Amino acid sequence: MRKSRALLVLPVVAAVGLTACGGPASGTAAGTASSSSSAGGDLSGTLTVFAAASLTDVFGDLGDQLMAENPDLDVQFNFAGSSALATQLTQGAPADVFASANEKQMTVVTDAGLQAADPAVFTENVLEIAVPKGNPGNVTGLADFGDADLTLAVCAADVPCGAAAAAVFADAGITAQPDTEEEDVKAALTKVQLGEVDAALVYATDVQAAGSDVEGIPFPEAEQEVNDYPICVLKAAPNAAAGQAFVDLVQSDAGQQALADAGFRAPTS
Amino acid sequence: MRRRPDPGVPLPLLVPALLAVAFLVLPLVGLVVRAPWSSIGPQLAQPEVGQALRLSLVTASLATVVSLVLGVPLAWVLARSRIRGRSVLRALVTVPLVLPPVVGGVALFLVLGRNGLLGRPLYEHLGITIPFTTTAVVIAETFVAMPFLVISVEGALRAADARFEDAAATLGADRWTTFRRVTLPLVAPGIAAGAVLCWARALGEFGATITFAGNFPGTTQTMPLAVYLALQRDPEAAIVLSLVLLAVSLGTLLLLRDRWLGRGSGQGIAA
Repeated sequence: MRKSRALLVLPVVAAVGLTACGGPASGTAAGTASSSSSAGGDLSGTLTVFAAASLTDVFGDLGDQLMAENPDLDVQFNFAGSSALATQLTQGAPADVFASANEKQMTVVTDAGLQAADPAVFTENVLEIAVPKGNPGNVTGLADFGDADLTLAVCAADVPCGAAAAAVFADAGITAQPDTEEEDVKAALTKVQLGEVDAALVYATDVQAAGSDVEGIPFPEAEQEVNDYPICVLKAAPNAAAGQAFVDLVQSDAGQQALADAGFRAPTS
Repeated sequence: MRRRPDPGVPLPLLVPALLAVAFLVLPLVGLVVRAPWSSIGPQLAQPEVGQALRLSLVTASLATVVSLVLGVPLAWVLARSRIRGRSVLRALVTVPLVLPPVVGGVALFLVLGRNGLLGRPLYEHLGITIPFTTTAVVIAETFVAMPFLVISVEGALRAADARFEDAAATLGADRWTTFRRVTLPLVAPGIAAGAVLCWARALGEFGATITFAGNFPGTTQTMPLAVYLALQRDPEAAIVLSLVLLAVSLGTLLLLRDRWLGRGSGQGIAA
């Protein structure tokens, strides 16, 4: 079953000129990609990508790129917390690609046998402290999250950024004193942008995306909880060819550069 | 009122009515069927559940009280007064119905947040912050739910026979006395129906609450927020919590209906 699917998508993989779910493409392969995909336009229909909220900006751009290369293709995104997406997928939501912000929620999907091929880690993200411009609460490091006098936001422990935050706090021996446990990382960031909290624990990429309203404070404890982002095409994908093309684009040099520009790191594992 | 023999429901009404019932009730059946009945006891025993339920009931009730105190007079102004720009006013009142609640929550930040129009002076001079408090939950719920009450009561006022008020006026009652002694009793069923609608909407409020009040167990985590977050972790727990919220709200509504609307249910708007 898995083999036949791989054969089905093979022509597209060849057209885009990249390796499948295996890992980042080599430079030469990417070179072939740009030359052959300029001929492009082979893909059509609708491509539905379920992706973690933290990928909103990068994947939006990559989707535009894929649509520009394939005028008949319409790329639709469903950006939400990875666990919400995993729930939707296991409940039968139709999608071609799933990109999770952690291994755990990808496991929910693979345990249900929904993947077309083994997921591959395509990028990494680390936590960072986000403070409003000017840092009104004078936050300097992770230890400030134990200060009950500050107004602080973290993600709820049920969502990936919250699980990572809890682990970081546990490693550092800090009892966090948040005023709110947010439902996802963008909600936490919004409260920093509005200046309603003194600090929030979000991802480096979120700080990057927020622009000048938000300042980022990296902290060494974050290295304890690096988030791996796996991606895969789904078995029930209505448009598996376009799905594979998108996965390949994400893993290509161009995709990796876009991710790096947004504050992500190349996968180390 | 004497009972006439029931002529039955005409078929063109019966079929769509049954479809409507199926449409509204089947999702509930789905929840009941999928509920993990064996683990329902341990799920309910978690302290967070009682905490969230209590907070939901308290805040929704407070939001309803605030809506009654402010909303009934507003409904009267919309239905009875002759001030200019009434239709614009009515349109503005219904804005929270159209606004996605999350946007409503952001709007509340912009006014009452510590950088907001009113919130900044409050914070800088008095040290008061509203977001992330139980007060913020009540404010968010009131913002979203009050229009339901205002529209219900305004409809009741418009449907009520104004001649009773005219008669009171001819007998020398001023407008305030007329409102208190004549209008209020006249539209009481409409007010009760509006209050029930308002309370139910406040109880289910999610978007504005999680945005403006945040989510913290005990202070701002109401049942809808607990359900949403449980869904991230354990869909079965979310089903249990949803059923608890449904059972409590239905039970409360039935109880109130018997007590307040029992005799009046055959007449007026509340029926």
